Amino acid sequence: MTSPKLEIDSVSKAFDEKVVLEDVDLSVGLHDVVCLIGSSGSGKSTLLKCINLLVPIDGGNIVLDGEAITDPGVNPNQVRQRMGIVFQAFNLFPHMKVIDNVTLGPRKVHGVDAAAAADTARNLLDQFGLLDKADEYPDRLSGGQQQRVAIVRALAYEPELMLLDEVTSALDPELIAEVLNVIRDLKTSGMTMLIATHEMGFARDVADQVCFLDAGRILEQGPPAQIFKNPAEARTRQFLQRIVEAGRL
Amino acid sequence: MQRQFFSWFHFKESFPDVASGFWLDIRMFLVAEILILSFALVLAMIRSLRGPAFFPLRAIVVTYIDIIRGIPMLLLILLLGFGVPALQLSGVPTSRIFWGVAALVISYSAYTAEVYRAGIESVHESQRMSARSIGLTQVQALRFVIVPQAIRNVIPALLNGFVSLQKDVALVFVLGVREGLREADIYNARTFNYTSYVVAAVLFLLISVPVARFTDWYTERDRRRRQAMST
Repeated sequence: MTSPKLEIDSVSKAFDEKVVLEDVDLSVGLHDVVCLIGSSGSGKSTLLKCINLLVPIDGGNIVLDGEAITDPGVNPNQVRQRMGIVFQAFNLFPHMKVIDNVTLGPRKVHGVDAAAAADTARNLLDQFGLLDKADEYPDRLSGGQQQRVAIVRALAYEPELMLLDEVTSALDPELIAEVLNVIRDLKTSGMTMLIATHEMGFARDVADQVCFLDAGRILEQGPPAQIFKNPAEARTRQFLQRIVEAGRL
Repeated sequence: MQRQFFSWFHFKESFPDVASGFWLDIRMFLVAEILILSFALVLAMIRSLRGPAFFPLRAIVVTYIDIIRGIPMLLLILLLGFGVPALQLSGVPTSRIFWGVAALVISYSAYTAEVYRAGIESVHESQRMSARSIGLTQVQALRFVIVPQAIRNVIPALLNGFVSLQKDVALVFVLGVREGLREADIYNARTFNYTSYVVAAVLFLLISVPVARFTDWYTERDRRRRQAMST
């Protein structure tokens, strides 16, 4: 087996006294899709923000392609350019047109000239069926379109890894599918992804590995068939039971 | 009383001098306001930088704001307007207008920086994270993403500051600068008639009332827009 794309090595994080991640180990192979499931507050979002270096970790290491990105000497801005992250909501900059949202990073961070950045951005928007929205402001778009633009914006600087933080949680049910389909397309294209989600059916379909987080720990991980059909831990069974009762699986 | 305060004769007599002094008030106000809006924004941005690396800069700004807000503005005007020229330092301007405006800028910037800061903090945290996640530095994130939204949020508060400053420029009269209030004062000293003060008051009102109305109109329009957006 080749060395993993991303390796999380006994990472811990506490906000003041509250422990949100405790000794988390996780490895994501190249082209793998790993889904993080678990109740709200279990640490899924924090883990993704730690990987993007938006939240500093207290202990452990995060290793990307063999390089410890959590080392003090590493420039976080350079690390962040290698991965895209999309949040639950408020991703887009409301005072900029869609096209400017997408080109901001390439222009300001990578020094791409405006015309070239706009060309790339329009190609990407076209690919995701959003070309006709290029000159709209975000508040003219549906929630699903906004999230798709947020994904396109992250793709604009050609990340090696995508981190998706409950990107469908704030959407109306009829808008969820269009966003999930985009993520499926990304998987087909071979993108390595780490996805925090409450969409269990989606996780079952798309994930190579599923991790169940509970109170800041990875309690159980394995292929989706095993986690969803035959979970080893009582806590995982209880969580899935509730999901089934809520009609979400 | 009508003769003392509202004499048409004295109104006409004092008007040209008071008005020309008031024109100086307006020019001082415009220069000061531009400098305040720029300097205060820099202060607010520095204060909003995070991380231990920026601690010294943040500490300087916080100290500045605390000290300046704690000193009466009139005292600052006297201190700079009379004090600095008295030092007779070479290369340092001795104009009282210059130091009067400088005192206004120093003082108002401390307050205005806090207005900007409130605006910066009102922008959703996800915006900062999104900006950082695409690789922007802290300063870039503030400049391109956070500050444009922050300013929109605090325009009514900034306009309120306009009204306040537009009157406070008259404080430099204590330096003997012949602005509107000073001219009114001189006229009064010569004639023992107070109408000249009324002239000055009318002139100030002619500027401040429209700005106040505009502030309300803008605030109301912004509120409607936000409501329309959240439906």
